[in-house]
Amino acid sequence: MTPVSAPPNRFERPSALTFLFYVLALAFIVWSFNNVGVSIPRLVDGLPNIGRILGQMFPPDPSRLGPISLALLETFQMAVVGTALGVVISLPLAILASRSLSPHPIIQHATRSLISLFRTVPDLVWALFFVIAVGLGPVAGTLAIMLDTIGFCGRFFAESMEETDKGPREALTALGASRTGTVFSAVVPQAMPSFINTSLFSLEKATRSSVILGLVGAGGIGIELKVAMDLFLYDLAAAIIIAIFLLVLVVEHVSSWLRTKII
Amino acid sequence: MPWEGASMTNNETSPFAPGHPDRAASGAPSSTAQAGPETEVGLDLAVEGLRKSFDGKKAILDGISLAVPRGQAVAIIGSNGAGKSTFLRCCMRLIEPDSGRIALLGENIDHMPRRRLRRVRSQVGFVFQRHNLVSRLSALSNVIHGAQAHHSGPCYWHQALAPKAVREQAMHCLDRVGLAHLARQRVDSLSGGQSQRVAIARALMQRPRFVIADEPVASLDPSAGEEVMEMFAELMRSDGITFVFTSHHLDHAISYADRLIGLRQGRLELDGLAKAQDIAVLREIYE
Repeated sequence: MTPVSAPPNRFERPSALTFLFYVLALAFIVWSFNNVGVSIPRLVDGLPNIGRILGQMFPPDPSRLGPISLALLETFQMAVVGTALGVVISLPLAILASRSLSPHPIIQHATRSLISLFRTVPDLVWALFFVIAVGLGPVAGTLAIMLDTIGFCGRFFAESMEETDKGPREALTALGASRTGTVFSAVVPQAMPSFINTSLFSLEKATRSSVILGLVGAGGIGIELKVAMDLFLYDLAAAIIIAIFLLVLVVEHVSSWLRTKII
Repeated sequence: MPWEGASMTNNETSPFAPGHPDRAASGAPSSTAQAGPETEVGLDLAVEGLRKSFDGKKAILDGISLAVPRGQAVAIIGSNGAGKSTFLRCCMRLIEPDSGRIALLGENIDHMPRRRLRRVRSQVGFVFQRHNLVSRLSALSNVIHGAQAHHSGPCYWHQALAPKAVREQAMHCLDRVGLAHLARQRVDSLSGGQSQRVAIARALMQRPRFVIADEPVASLDPSAGEEVMEMFAELMRSDGITFVFTSHHLDHAISYADRLIGLRQGRLELDGLAKAQDIAVLREIYE
């Protein structure tokens, strides 16, 4: 049977401008590969070294399991406290940063900018800053995680509140409720599932971050890993890496389970 | 006045009149043109020359003037887009009108500061087409929210935080709408009719003098719709509240209202006693 009309082309013909954009993007990617020096021969040359280090890593050395466990606990506690502080501070900041809830556009833009600053500066940089400000140890790491959490949760809390149904808010406004009452009675309960979800993701992220922060002296298990690598104790490093992997895995599983239970 | 049936007297101050405290405080000039409806005593709602358009396009409300005396039931009818919902929202200043004057419960609310406006709104129960409850919270928490009309603070955000007296009052309101047994149920597990009754209980929690309902039965099946309208009628009988509602159900408008107001393309097309209306004439409003 002959079709009545021919089907359209499988792909749209790009405009000259779009075509130019594609070419430039491709050229930039090729140039970037060239600049960072990724090459197959170099990878092949490195393979024996990788094999040697992996060979020295196994079997992992369990002799320092006690100190590793304590450092791991400290790491997780840094993540928990940093996330808890960050979540609590994020809520009022998110209300001020939300387009529909902020009392004034200037306050909204100022708060958004502050949250963006916390998010865009990497947690390792915050950790370096706090190590100088409050000294070595878990306090610096906790404060770094707190700021990183505010940057993450502040943005997502604000967006989830903006997406809530406006009806309940209008109803409370109509009955003469205060602005604060309206936010906490109508908006926050609606956004709560999203808040919980974001907070749990934030805890997962903080757990991973807290491992790295130790590398700059901000507490946690990272410093143990750095010392083991610096002293070429690859079997001990393997034990630490396995411990970190187990911690992250447990946190991710528990947070997924909590998500399904609470939301 | 467009409506001849409202009982009014001439011997007290109009909410728009030159001597009214609101006008004295605002320093507004007392020209005749700005003086409002001539006879306002006992008026729960008085509107004059109300206009509203969105994005500078065609007017949704085009110079509406009317007055509703205390204790009256008024049905506003009109086709979709006639301006019914916009009119009700403008009356509460949930939407700011472009021009015109509004007096709610005897107080001129044009340019009224937010705090004073909240005090006036607290005496008006507003029931929406979609119940506008917080679906994740229990029926009891939603009813307790109604207490925010007169109180503020975290005690009134959730039933778990509310004082005993407030919880008991909320249960009484739920009892009045026949839903006390569902107090702990989350709203998203209730039917449309039950949710609308919870919304009415929330309005009752305000102890309102005046109830405004924007198509309160539009999303309900006929039987649930009938139940909800009966509930409003019972409230009028028992509490003597003023009731203004919009509806597409002409039978509801005639049965439950004393007076009918017809809007067409933002203009007042009809204003008269409900019982005196011919259904065929009313249908013309929708054409």
